[in-house]
Amino acid sequence: MGERLAILTIEDLTVKIAGKKVLNGLNLEVPEGETHVLLGPNGSGKTSLIMSILGFPSCRILSGRIQFNGTDITAMPTNERARLGIGVAFQNPPPIKGVRLGDVFRHLAKGEADEIKLTRTTNIPMEFLERDLNVGFSGGELKRAEIFQLLAQRPSFAIFDEPDSGVDVENLKIIGKAISEFLKRRSGLLITHLGHILRYVRADVAHVMFYGVIACSGEPSKIFNLIMKRGYKWCEKCPKVKRIRRKR
Amino acid sequence: MPKGKKDSQKAIRKPAAFGPDLDIRGFSREAAPWPSCPVSSLPEDIAQRALSAGVRTDEVDRAGTYFQIDRSAVFKGMKKTFGGKAEILSTKDALKKYRWARNYWWKLVDANMDKYTALANLRWDQGYFIRVLKDQKIELPLQACMFISRENFNQNVHNLIIAEPGSEAQIITGCAVHPNIQSGLHVGISEFYVKKDAKLTFTMIHNWAQNFHVRPRSAALLEDGATFVSNYVCMKSVKSLQMYPVAYCKGANSRVSFNTILHGAKNSYLDVGSKVVLQGKGSRGEVIARAIATENAQIKARGLLVGENEDSRAHLECRGLLLSDQASIHAIPELVGKVEGTELSHEAAVGKIAEEQIQYLMARGFSESEAESLIIRGFMNVGTFGLPDALKEEIKKMVDASIAGAL
Ligand SMILES: Nc1ncnc2c1ncn2[C@@H]1O[C@H](COP(=O)(O)OP(=O)(O)OP(=O)(O)O)[C@@H](O)[C@H]1O
Ligand SMILES: [Mg+2]
Repeated sequence: MGERLAILTIEDLTVKIAGKKVLNGLNLEVPEGETHVLLGPNGSGKTSLIMSILGFPSCRILSGRIQFNGTDITAMPTNERARLGIGVAFQNPPPIKGVRLGDVFRHLAKGEADEIKLTRTTNIPMEFLERDLNVGFSGGELKRAEIFQLLAQRPSFAIFDEPDSGVDVENLKIIGKAISEFLKRRSGLLITHLGHILRYVRADVAHVMFYGVIACSGEPSKIFNLIMKRGYKWCEKCPKVKRIRRKR
Repeated sequence: MPKGKKDSQKAIRKPAAFGPDLDIRGFSREAAPWPSCPVSSLPEDIAQRALSAGVRTDEVDRAGTYFQIDRSAVFKGMKKTFGGKAEILSTKDALKKYRWARNYWWKLVDANMDKYTALANLRWDQGYFIRVLKDQKIELPLQACMFISRENFNQNVHNLIIAEPGSEAQIITGCAVHPNIQSGLHVGISEFYVKKDAKLTFTMIHNWAQNFHVRPRSAALLEDGATFVSNYVCMKSVKSLQMYPVAYCKGANSRVSFNTILHGAKNSYLDVGSKVVLQGKGSRGEVIARAIATENAQIKARGLLVGENEDSRAHLECRGLLLSDQASIHAIPELVGKVEGTELSHEAAVGKIAEEQIQYLMARGFSESEAESLIIRGFMNVGTFGLPDALKEEIKKMVDASIAGAL
């Protein structure tokens, strides 16, 4: 694993959002071609980490740096990071009135992505392209629209923030296959709580986040099964997590 | 005939209910008459400015034209193929030609409401008379241009629009000034009569200059089954603009819809609203306004719905987007229910672009300014308004250009 070049390297990252410390000296490395899973209780900072990787101005960096494909992107504007190949399917995408899903799709596709094929892959009805972005979309539709946009964007590093939350059985299968197929030739980071998506997507490493830090990493099925069986309450008893909590 | 001149002498000092008060003596009434000419032979600079307000001097895709410069009606008439469907005259000619026309004159707008109506009564400079004949349906829009070619000129027009029973027409009114003109005062009285089962779509586009003061005074009367769609677009900065057109839905099942798109820029002061009075059984009203404010613009967006019939319904939607810390938008929606059973509602929202929306689009690779312009254009999206096809694209272009200029 050490021989592979890292696509994403995060070192000692500390970030504040709205005056609150959401990341607290976090380290993470994702080697090229791998898919990692990010686990962690509600509010542990998973979404904040994604927003920091994207460089949202609301994330104030107190220390640390982020490298993407060997380039230091710590101070880079969000859209340039997107251009370098970072793409995110968001957990809670905002509704934007008057901007149609199709407008964004066409911008992302640049004439090179097959609209009809991608709507089928993600089970998005064609008429959704005429709808205002995320306005009145159901929970499952939001997730699918996010994945649909990401497939059009074709980032080399794809991040999915809870793509499986609130998705029904049939649609889970559809998006599971879509994500799995997409990540075959790419690197990725996958956030999930209940792991439904892991039935379809093969992951290389899992990380567990606590209080803005990655507390442990390891073999995905092993870690996931332990958490499912014992819960995060059990993790809290781990000396390492205790130390993180005290240091925060 | 021009009624109550004496009363108007008194009213000439009466400030309007809304908007900054103006000293109307500060404007010039001097303007040399313009000779009549075919609309296609107007000078290029005038044609260009008219076009920027939706009026095509080549008359392509238009059924007829009225063109006024300063106080002169330089052209008026239907295109040959549409002759017999409607009539276009100057209001001075119309009142001479038809004795009955006075039954419609100053009947919806009170001549002594304020100094501006009084001004239009005392110093009246033409205006257009458009009468769509009974059961005639005109596919292409009729157009009218109110043009000012002299600096600091005060133009007072009075328009009369009658859609006879069963008729259908669209009217575009564009107001513009010569490129050299910076200041002036325009007062425009418009009285609309939409008769039984007639449908009238009226679109007014304002393209004044930075130091202009504008005071339109409009009212519409809707008979049984009548539909009136009134669109107003103002994308260019003015010094001050105040208008509060009203539609009286007197007839059973009459319908009115007001759509307003405003961009206040520089030091513009815009006080714009729409009133709907629901009097007829089954009458319906809809008021939609979108306003963006940049630089130091101050916008008041008003709306008033009055329900006077048990079976009546109206909705008011006003959204404002602030694009500068110095600008302000004040939404003032009002509902007055006078009887039980009338259903009136409103929604108003004023705010800045949500940072979250910009970040989201930037994560999809849009630059910050691309994201902003996409969001603003979406906000101002006129696709949903009842605009005539001939105008949809043109207005979209005006909005796009104005947004591009704002960013
Ligand atoms: N804008 C904000 N204002 C205040 N607190 C914030 C803000 N953004 C994030 N937080 C806080 O930061 C912490 C981390 O939030 P984050 O969304 O990263 O959690 P998460 O791990 O993604 O949780 P979940 O599993 O529920 O999605 C939470 O306690 C949250 O309330
Ligand atoms: Mg989250």
